[in-house]
Amino acid sequence: MYGYCGTVLRVNLTDGSIKKEALDVEKAKKYIGSRGLGVKTFMDEVDPRVDALSKENKLIIAGGPLTGAPVPTGGRYMVMTKSPLTGTIAIANSGGKWGAELKFAGYDMIILEGKAEKPVYLNISDDTVEIKDAGEIWGKLVSETTANLKGKYGDKAKVLCIGPAGENLSLMSAIMNEVDRAAGRGGVGAVMGSKNLKAIVTQGTNKVGLFDAEKTKAVSGEKTNILMKDPVAGNGLPTYGSAVLVNIINENGIFPYKNFQKSYTDQADKISGESLTERYLVRKNPCYRCPIGCGRWIKLQDGTECGGPEYESLWSLGADCDIFDLDVVDTANMLCNEYGLDTISAGSTVAAAMELYQKGLIKDEEIKADGLSLNWGDSEAMLGWIKKMGLREGFGGKMTDGSYRLCDAYGAPELSMTVKKQEIAAYDPRGVQGQGITYAVSNRGGCHIKGYMISPEILGYPEKLDKFAVDGKAAYAKVFHDLTAVIDSLGLCVFTTFGLGLPDYVDMYNAVVGEEHDNESLLRAGDRIWTLEKLFNLKAGFTKADDTLPKRLLEDPIEEGPSAGEKNVHHLDVLLPEYYSVRGWDENGIPKDETLKALGLEEYIGYVVK
Amino acid sequence: MIDLKVEVRLFATFREGREKKYILELPEESNILTVLDMLKIKEEDASILLLNGRDGDAKRMLKDADVLAVFPPVGGG
Repeated sequence: MYGYCGTVLRVNLTDGSIKKEALDVEKAKKYIGSRGLGVKTFMDEVDPRVDALSKENKLIIAGGPLTGAPVPTGGRYMVMTKSPLTGTIAIANSGGKWGAELKFAGYDMIILEGKAEKPVYLNISDDTVEIKDAGEIWGKLVSETTANLKGKYGDKAKVLCIGPAGENLSLMSAIMNEVDRAAGRGGVGAVMGSKNLKAIVTQGTNKVGLFDAEKTKAVSGEKTNILMKDPVAGNGLPTYGSAVLVNIINENGIFPYKNFQKSYTDQADKISGESLTERYLVRKNPCYRCPIGCGRWIKLQDGTECGGPEYESLWSLGADCDIFDLDVVDTANMLCNEYGLDTISAGSTVAAAMELYQKGLIKDEEIKADGLSLNWGDSEAMLGWIKKMGLREGFGGKMTDGSYRLCDAYGAPELSMTVKKQEIAAYDPRGVQGQGITYAVSNRGGCHIKGYMISPEILGYPEKLDKFAVDGKAAYAKVFHDLTAVIDSLGLCVFTTFGLGLPDYVDMYNAVVGEEHDNESLLRAGDRIWTLEKLFNLKAGFTKADDTLPKRLLEDPIEEGPSAGEKNVHHLDVLLPEYYSVRGWDENGIPKDETLKALGLEEYIGYVVK
Repeated sequence: MIDLKVEVRLFATFREGREKKYILELPEESNILTVLDMLKIKEEDASILLLNGRDGDAKRMLKDADVLAVFPPVGGG
C-alpha cells in the first residue's frame, strides 16, 4: 500500500474496545483522504442530525495520503465531527508534527466513539494502543499536559490534547498539538471534551510507503524548489509569517476594527508582521517537512518563549478589540493556546462583547464580579476574559460559546460577526467581494481559509483580480473551494498555493500513491468533497437562508478609509445565485440529481428532501 | 519648483535600508514610477501598489496629498 497506511483505528470510549480495521482503499481514493475520507466516513456512520455533544457523535482524526510522505508540507491532519458551535460538519485542520506521527504509527485515521466514564487519554505507539487514566492531567493547561505526557513517553512522542476550554465544553475550543498548533475551528475541542478524552499521545517507527520512491524524491525536490524560489513562500512568509498581512490588509481598508465598525486603523503597524519580527521573533517554527516555515517562535517581554501569533490572531485579539500593544496580543495568543481556544472566535467574541457594552446592552453590574471591564482597548481585560472563557467562569461563561449566542442573548444577534454562528476572519468582505462568498458558503460556517480569495483579490496570486468586482467571482471562488478541499485531503498546507498549482498536486499524489489522477479528476474529487459536506449540512437542517453574512456587511457601506464608498456593501444577492449555479445546485442551494451523478455521488440522490 | 507632496509608505523587506514612511516633494507630472526610482525600488519587485488604498499601476500620475503604499510580494492566510 502506498501513501495510505491501510489501517483505521476505531476506539470506543464507552466500552473501551480498540479495533484495527482495514482501510476501504476504493473509498479512500475516491475521497483522497483526510478531510474528504473523514467526512465520507462520518456520514456513513453518523446521522447529521446528531447532538454534537452527545456520545452518539463521533470524532474522526485523519491524515491524508501525503501526510508523513517526503513531500513539502506533508504533515497535516484534520478533525471531522459534527460541530457543536455551528451544527454543520466540522473540518478543522492543523499542522505541526502530530499528523505525520500518526501515519508513522501505521494509521490513516482514528474514529473515536462513545464517551469514557472518567477522563482518559489514548496512547498509540505503533501496534500498541491503550486507553489510560487521565486523572492527573485533567484540568491542566496544554503545555503542562504535553510536558507530563512527554515525561512519560519520551520526547519523541507527539501530543495532541485539549486544554481546560475543551474540558469545559467551550463551543470555541480547539484541539491542540505540539502546544501551539491548533485544529482550531468549530468547537472540536468540546467534542473531545464531551468524550472525556484529554489527549492522544502518538509515536511510530514506520515510513509511509511510496509507489515510486525515485520519482517522489525528484518531484518533491522540484516542488520544494518552486516554493523556495517563490517570493511569498520562499521569502515573505519565512521572514514575517502570515502576520505580514496586517499592513497590506489595513492599507486596503478591509482590516476590521472594533467588531467591524470600521475597516481601517492608523495603528495597525504596531501589531504588524514587521513589528513582530523586529521585536519578538526568536526563530521560525516550521511544521513537518515545511520549507516555508511561517510558524513563529517568539519571546515575550517577560522572557517567556512561546509560539507566536499568525495574522488572524493578531487581528482578532488585537485590532478587532482596539488593542495595539503587541506584547499583550502575543500573550493573549499564548493564553488561547494554553487554554485551547480558537483565537479567531475568542478575539471576535470579546470584540462583540465590547460592542454590546458600548451600546449599553451589557451592564456594569453583570461584569462587576469578574473585576474586568469591556472597554475597547483594555489589555488587562482581554487577558482576563481569555482565562475566564477557558474556565467557563463568571461572565466568561457567557462568552465561551461564541459571539452569536452571546449577542442573541441580548437581543442583538446582528452584532455577532458570524456566519452559521462561527466568527468570520480578518477581512471585511465589503471591500473584497470574492472573500465574502467564501464566508457565506463555507461548509463549516464563517471561515476564510477554505477558499482564500484574498490571494487573487489582494495579493495577486495566481493573478490580480479587482477586489470590488463581482463578475466572475463566484466561479473563481468555486475553483478555490474545490482546490482547497483537494489540498486539505492530501494532507498538505494551503500555503503551498503560493507557488504550486493543481498539476503539482497531481504530480505528488501520483508519485506517492501510484498513477491515479489527472488535473480534472483530482479537482473533481475536490468538488465531490465540497458537495458531500454541503449534503451533510442540508441534512442537518441548513437552508439557503443560512448562506448569508452579518447584516452590517450587507447593508451598511464602509464609511471611512481606503475602501469607503456608498456602494461598498457586500453584494451577496448577486454572488450567491451565481455560486449555486456554477456548482450545479438549484436556486435553493440543493445539488441537482445530475450534479450528484457527475460527481459520483449517486447514492445521495434523494438524501435531501427538496 | 515643488508641485506636489506625496506620502509614501513602505512595508516588509522594502523597509530594509529605508524608512517606513517618506513625505516626498515631487514635480508636477510625477507618476508612481518616479517614486519607485527615487527610492531605488525596482518596478518588478513592487508587487502591490496601492494609491490611496486602491490598486495602482506604476504609470498612474500622482496628485498632491496622495498616499502611496508599496509592498513586495507578500502572502498569508
